[in-house]
Amino acid sequence: MTLMATLRLAWQALVRNKARSLLTMLGIVIGVAAVIITVAIGAGARSSVQSSIAGLGANLIVVQPGSVTQGGARTGFGGASSLTPADGMAIAQLPDVAAVSPLVTLRTQVVAGGNNWQTIVNGVAPTYTFIRDWPIAQGSFFTQSDVTASAKVAVLGQTVVSQLFPDGNPPIGQTAIVKGVPFTVIGVLAAKGQSGTGQDQDDTILIPYSSAMQRLTGLTTVNQLMVSAASADAIDAVQAEVTTLLQTRHRIVPPESNDFQVRNLQSIAAAASSTGAVMEFLLAGVAAVSLIVGGIGIMNIMMVSVTERTREIGLRMAVGARSGTILQQFLAEAIVLSTIGGLIGVVLGVLGTSGVALLAKWPTTIPPIWIALSVGFSALVGIFFGYYPARKAANLNPIEALRFE
Amino acid sequence: MSESAVPVVRVERLRKVYTVGDDQVIALGGVDLTIESGDFLSVMGPSGSGKSTFMQIIGLLDQPTDGTYYFEGKDVSNLTSDERADIRSRRLGFVFQSYNLLSRTSAVENVELPMVYAGIPEDERRRIALEKMEIVGIAQLAKHAPNQMSGGQQQRVAIARSLVNNPGLILADEPTGALDTKTSSDVMRLFKQLNKDLGMTIMVVTHEFDVAMNARRIVSFRDGLIISDKPNETLAGVA
Repeated sequence: MTLMATLRLAWQALVRNKARSLLTMLGIVIGVAAVIITVAIGAGARSSVQSSIAGLGANLIVVQPGSVTQGGARTGFGGASSLTPADGMAIAQLPDVAAVSPLVTLRTQVVAGGNNWQTIVNGVAPTYTFIRDWPIAQGSFFTQSDVTASAKVAVLGQTVVSQLFPDGNPPIGQTAIVKGVPFTVIGVLAAKGQSGTGQDQDDTILIPYSSAMQRLTGLTTVNQLMVSAASADAIDAVQAEVTTLLQTRHRIVPPESNDFQVRNLQSIAAAASSTGAVMEFLLAGVAAVSLIVGGIGIMNIMMVSVTERTREIGLRMAVGARSGTILQQFLAEAIVLSTIGGLIGVVLGVLGTSGVALLAKWPTTIPPIWIALSVGFSALVGIFFGYYPARKAANLNPIEALRFE
Repeated sequence: MSESAVPVVRVERLRKVYTVGDDQVIALGGVDLTIESGDFLSVMGPSGSGKSTFMQIIGLLDQPTDGTYYFEGKDVSNLTSDERADIRSRRLGFVFQSYNLLSRTSAVENVELPMVYAGIPEDERRRIALEKMEIVGIAQLAKHAPNQMSGGQQQRVAIARSLVNNPGLILADEPTGALDTKTSSDVMRLFKQLNKDLGMTIMVVTHEFDVAMNARRIVSFRDGLIISDKPNETLAGVA
């Protein structure tokens, strides 16, 4: 018999018992839908983590001060006051470095007109917009001459604009008072949204780092140096060069420990995405167990079906079906059942996924490979769990089968 | 015309022994029989006489322990189960006491079933099935499912099914066992007509004397042996 004819027979047999066929499929349907939904949620979370890490900056390397020991207590990284803008200038001279910006961070109250708001004030260089890949929405960014002059100019994030200037008038030219110092608003950043860790990146004010140091912190050191490597491939090299350079500048001789720390975000991204991948496989594993349970359901029903249809099998053999043909037919029934179950599961999974995306506002992506995998796996489940009942049917003796009551 | 010269069935010293635990049960104790093409015989005997075993071996559903079986001139005593299935598919027709129709399947699809396994194309199958249903007088029931038909109608569907491969031999195992007297005689009249008009070779296994009397030849079994094999004298004068 041809493959088509076998599938046809299987289909007819399944249609003859619609309700039972549907119920038998249910295990597979649920299993596959669960696989698709869990994988979609996992993969969505992973890709959103990746994109938010990418959003932190182009090929970003972060240099932070190291730890210091004060009265026996060691501060964490960043506790030392060891990085200066001059370090940044030196790093900018290195080959493969595209841009450097110091970062001076303070959280403080900002006042404008009758409104006030606590936000993060970041003192940065004009290269910051390039490093963070963060365009200006209105006005302009400050320039190197603003840095040189420690100018009292500020660029606001969208959240700060809506809190300090709620009337909707453009804030350009207005004054924002930071720690008693009036800054003129010269620009507004484009909206950037949440960071990978859930922080509102738009809740910030950017001012020249020199202004932040001289007028606000009164320190000669910075909190961070943000370094952008020329390309992703150069990240490791730049990291090493920066380390060597700073060791020289800070006169650190091994085994003396560094008073700074150089990190790149690729390693963070890799860790985050591998955590996501582990979660994804874990969820898929749980879902695969439910597929196996579904397969056992198929086997159970196929066993019942073979017993119930013993006389039919005897008749088919009497009118000329070879036992191999009977085996094929029952196997085909199991495979058709499980594959259709798998396809229905995919449809439900895709619907469920868009439901999750819509209701929980959770980013989801369905990797196409998982659709192929889960349908393929359901077919395998059908073959595996259908084989035993099918062989039982094929091994029936036609005489006894015809006599079966 | 060489086909008519070769008997449809020829068995020599056919034996069938079952082993049940430590005991050996002799179902057939050495049977010789020849069925010529166009014959219509009844096989009679009480239960346990070996007539059912005989029918199963003739129908190639079972194999003899000893002896030789020639079907249409070919030795089929020691075929594999696939080879036997292929002969059943092409050259044998079966009618059973309990009809054995597929439920929730239309009459015409039931009639088509043997052709599915013989690999006959679909439109061809439908045409042949309807033709055979016409012959047994149930063409109007083609779309009906078995549960919408009377016992007699169901048995006619089964008979149509046995005809679709133009078998060399039709084997009917207690074909009237589940039918009332009136329907029984209708069904037997149909067998007679198939034998007379189409020249079908038919073997009916029954324990009912009235049913057996429809055949031209009556073979009686007892204790695994043929105890009588003679023409039906009541018909001899009529024919």
